[in-house]
Formats: sequence, C-alpha cells, structure tokens
Amino acid sequence: MDLSEINPVLLVASLMVAATPLLLAAIGELVVEKAGVLNLGVEGMMIVGAISGFAISVETGSPWLGFIAAAIGGAVLSLLFVLLTQVALANQVASGLALTLFGLGFSALLGQGYVGVKPPSMGEIHIPVISDIPVIGPILFQHDPILYLGIALTAAVWATLKYTRVGLILRAVGENHDAAHALGYKVIKIRILAILFGGACAGLGGAYISLIRVPQWTEGMTAGVGWIALALVVFASWKPWRALLGAYLFGGITVLQLNLQAAGVAIPVEYLAMSPYIITILVLVILSADKSSAPASLGRIFHASH
Amino acid sequence: MKFTSLLTSAAMALGLATTAMAEDKTKVGFVYVGPVGDGGWTYEHNKGRLAVEEEFGDKVETVFVESVPEGPDAERVMTQMALEGADLIFTTSFGYMDPTINVAKKFPNVKFEHATGYKTADNVSVYSARFYEGRAVQGHIAGKMTKSNTIGYIGSYPIPEVIRGINSAYVHAKKVNPDVEFKIIWAYTWFDPAKEADAASVLIEQGADVILQHTDSTAPQAAAQEAGNVITFGQASDMSEYAPFPRVSSIIDDWAPYYIARTQAVMDGTWESANTWDGIREGMVAIGEISDAVPADVKEEALALKAAMAAGEYHPFTGPLKKQDGSDWLGEGETADDGTLAGMNFYVEGLEGEIPQ
Repeated sequence: MDLSEINPVLLVASLMVAATPLLLAAIGELVVEKAGVLNLGVEGMMIVGAISGFAISVETGSPWLGFIAAAIGGAVLSLLFVLLTQVALANQVASGLALTLFGLGFSALLGQGYVGVKPPSMGEIHIPVISDIPVIGPILFQHDPILYLGIALTAAVWATLKYTRVGLILRAVGENHDAAHALGYKVIKIRILAILFGGACAGLGGAYISLIRVPQWTEGMTAGVGWIALALVVFASWKPWRALLGAYLFGGITVLQLNLQAAGVAIPVEYLAMSPYIITILVLVILSADKSSAPASLGRIFHASH
Repeated sequence: MKFTSLLTSAAMALGLATTAMAEDKTKVGFVYVGPVGDGGWTYEHNKGRLAVEEEFGDKVETVFVESVPEGPDAERVMTQMALEGADLIFTTSFGYMDPTINVAKKFPNVKFEHATGYKTADNVSVYSARFYEGRAVQGHIAGKMTKSNTIGYIGSYPIPEVIRGINSAYVHAKKVNPDVEFKIIWAYTWFDPAKEADAASVLIEQGADVILQHTDSTAPQAAAQEAGNVITFGQASDMSEYAPFPRVSSIIDDWAPYYIARTQAVMDGTWESANTWDGIREGMVAIGEISDAVPADVKEEALALKAAMAAGEYHPFTGPLKKQDGSDWLGEGETADDGTLAGMNFYVEGLEGEIPQ
C-alpha cells in the first residue's frame, strides 16, 4: 500500500469530471419533477444525447455544435414523452421506461457508423495566471467549459426555483396542478417546457460522456448513469445544491475507490465497489431528515376537466 | 432489452411462423454479454456468427441477443431460443455457466456451447482460447517498453481466466525487466466505457505508462491516447483504430473456425460434448500487428516468443515459478497443467495485492 501515489489534486480534478454527466442529468430531472412529472426516460435521453452530440461534432469538427445538437437531441426525444403523457395522458412510469428502451435502441441504430471514430477535442479553458496557481489552479480552473456549465446550471436552477416568479409557478404546478389551473396557469404548457429542459440537460450529460469523459462512441455507453441521476434527485430531496453534493460525492468516491485499488489498499474490492452507492445514499438520507418531501402532484396525470 | 434485441425477438417470432417451410435449416443461437458494437469481445463473437452464415448460406439460420446480463435473465433468453427451435446455442460469457447448465437440462436435444467456463454435460461443451499465450507477448513488450516501470492492469472479474492473464503478463514483463511493478484495478464489469476510462485515467495518474485491459470496450485506449505517452494493447479484438499508437499490438480471438466446425458437426449429427482449449498454435488466439512504435529488436523478440508458443516449444508458465505467498508452484523446467490453469486462483510471486474472493 502506498497512499502517497494518490495525487489529491488530480483526484479532485477527476472527480469533478466523473460527476458532471450525473449532475447535468439530475438537474434536468429535478426541474421536471418539480413540475410534477416523473420522467424515467433519463437514461434513454442521455444516450440519444451522447450519440447526437458525438455524430454532429465528428461531422462538423466542432464540439460546441456537438453539445448543442446533444441538447436538441435529448429534447426531441423528450417530445415523445410529452406526446404520450401530456397529450395522450398515458401513464408516466410506463412511458418513461419505454423512452429509455427506445432511446437505447435508437442510439445504437444512429451510432452504427461511428464506432471507433475519434471526436474532436474540446480542450480546456486556460486562463493565464489563475489556471497556473498551484493546487487550486488544476482543481478549479483547468477544466472543459461544460463542467462549469453544469455548476452554473445548478446555481441558475436553484435561484430560479427559489427567487423568481417562474420558479414559483413551476413549483405550484408540481405541488397542486388543479389549484394552479384554477389560478389560470397553463399546467400542460409549463410541464412541456420543463420536460424539454430535462431532456436537453440529459442530452448534455450524455454528450459529456461520449465527447469528454471517455471520449468515443460505444453502444450502451451511459451504462446506468441515468438511473443513478433519477435516484439522486429523490435522495437530494429535490434541492439543486444537494444534487450537486450528491453527484460530487458519488463521482468522488467512484474515482477514489479506483485510486485506492490502484494504490493497493487492503480493503476488499467488493466494499470499495459498492461504497459510492452506500455513502451517497447515507449522506443524502441524513441530510433529508428535514422532512422535505416530493412535489405533491408528482407522477399524477392532469386534465383540465377534473 | 434493446431495440436490436427487440428486432431479434421479432425475427424469432417470424422464424417460428416460417419453421414449417424451413425445417431442414440448422438454427444457431448466440447469447452475447455486450453489444455487438463494443469493438472487443462481443464484436469478435459476432464476427464468428457472420462467418457461420457466410459458410453455410441457406442451410443455416442464426439468431442472437446482445447485452444479456449474466444471471437469471440469461436463462430466460436461452430458454426462449431453445423453445423457438435452436439446434445449437453458443453462450459467450463466463457468467452464463450455471444458466447454460440449467437450461441444457431442460432441453436434452439442443446442443449448448459455453465459452470460458468449466462445467460440461452430455449436451454442453465448453470452449475457450488460451489468451494467456497472447498475454505473454504483451507482457514481454510491456516490460521492455515501460519507462516508469509501472504497468496498469484493468481486470474485469476475479475469475481464473483473468487471473491467468495477469500472471502470464507479469511473469513475462518481470523476465525482461526485474524492476517492473503491476497496479491492478478490478472494474467488476465486462463493459462500461465510462468506468473503464476512469480506471485507465487513475492508473495513468498513478504513474503507469502501459495499460493492459481485460474489459471489452475501447475506452481505455481513448484514455491512453488522451494522455499521450501511454501504450495499450487491443483486447479480444484488434482495436486497430488506435494503432500505431497508443495501441502497439493486440490479442485477437478468432472464433470463426470453431463456430463453423461445431455447426457442421450438428448438421452431420456428429456433435459430441467436448472441452476445447485452443491457443496460438490452432489459430484461436492471434497476435495483432505489432506497430512501429515498438523498437525493432523488441518486436523481433515478441514474434520469436509467439513462434515458440505456436510451435509448442514454449509454455508461458514454465518453472521455476513460485506463488505469491512464496510457496513453490513449478520446479525448474516444469510446465503448468491445464487443470491448475483452468482453476487458477492465486497470483505468482512478486505481484502485490490480494485477489478479491
């Protein structure tokens, strides 16, 4: 065992990278659930975002266009969910599961010609002076732009939900859609916008995996991150900063346990492998002791006639 | 279940409807652990399936289901295949061992072939390739080329096949470079590109400049490429899209001849339960082209090593070798027997860490 081989600076830097896809997907789903919609299709939207972003950035040579395409791809797929649950009033759980199954298959089809292709690199933001500060520089100021976007998005969602009228309306729709409807808010329209936002975020998260974290396209490459994001939203009690904490905790322990293994720490590997899940759940369960609960209308179908 | 497997199921249903017309066709099923586009393990098995179709044309019909989890779900998929008239079913991952045996009991007239396992029955054969021979070549190149004397190894599950690979690579790296050290990460997955990429990055961060992988995707190759000064080897498939650097060579599993021979045996009615374990000599294990990133003398030695194994003159586990705890394993000149290799559950002397139990 040689713990000195673990470089804490690199560790923190790589945990932020590992956490970003999860964070992006979780923030999107958080907004969707705050609006009272349970979309279990996160995994499907992520993988479609991963391939749309990958394909477009390979074709155009621009990772930026790739990320925009990924957001659009995720949002377009979520339109299918909109059609099923908001227009046809289908069951949200079943529709969400269908969306994941469809997304996984559809992305495999789209990705046929992209196996083994290398995407253009996005590069890191390098700010003179600041990025070169020892320790803090590599941790905070030497990442790709999308990682910062994830943090900015968390802050924006938090501020919007807490301080703005838009946030208030969104929460009202999620807590009691009949009352919101009686007040004259367009429940369906607001929910559709929330679902599209969730789809776009999931798409970004997927593209982060295929363009930055791995970077390549392989079928099924999101490998369950979407499901973890869903669980994270619940354990974070629908609070954006807790989702960020949860994502960093999960990403951090995932990377840390690999580091410990490589350094030869004599903890049985099975415990290390399950530690990200257990510790994330534990911490978030302890935090959620303040009785914050799910949006009251979560998963319920709304129709103006009721 | 994925879209492609849904398609397969649909195709199976269609197949049922048309069996009346096509009863003379031999139906061969394949159960895959990853997607056919993984670029590694499953990709090669699928190439074998396509070769069977090519060879027999109209006389054979193949079906496959990809990304089948190891466990009860696999049993369901195999049962479905057997019910829909498959004559021969290849189950292509270690974790399908017990499901294969269970399903085989229920369908005594269907032949099963399980890859990399060790349990046989009257209608269950096992087959595997001596990947450890390829690992010997990789270990040699790795030991010669590492500058940091640290070699990273991404293991999947702690099963004999993977442990054999680690031991073989280590023995041969150590032989040419006594200072070499192995860092091993168990990923507990066959296929998870993000996790494999993370594991590779961690190993690189901790000083490894050679990455060996026993997982199925090409993600570690991409991570090595990103790092710039790290070499890798293709696993199960050539992974030549990463050649000539970082991928400097590879182990290729060539299942096609075996799949064709076994399908032929079912057609002829000569199929018998067998235990096949072929290596470089029989062509089941091939060494992918050694790229120019490898110095010419190292390349020559590696090819000589390969030739010696192909000729049967050299066994990768030749004594004197000790186990990790220092106890004797093989005496001078003694070679390991297949029984020990098949159940290998110990590291050789010099490797650090414990094998998870």
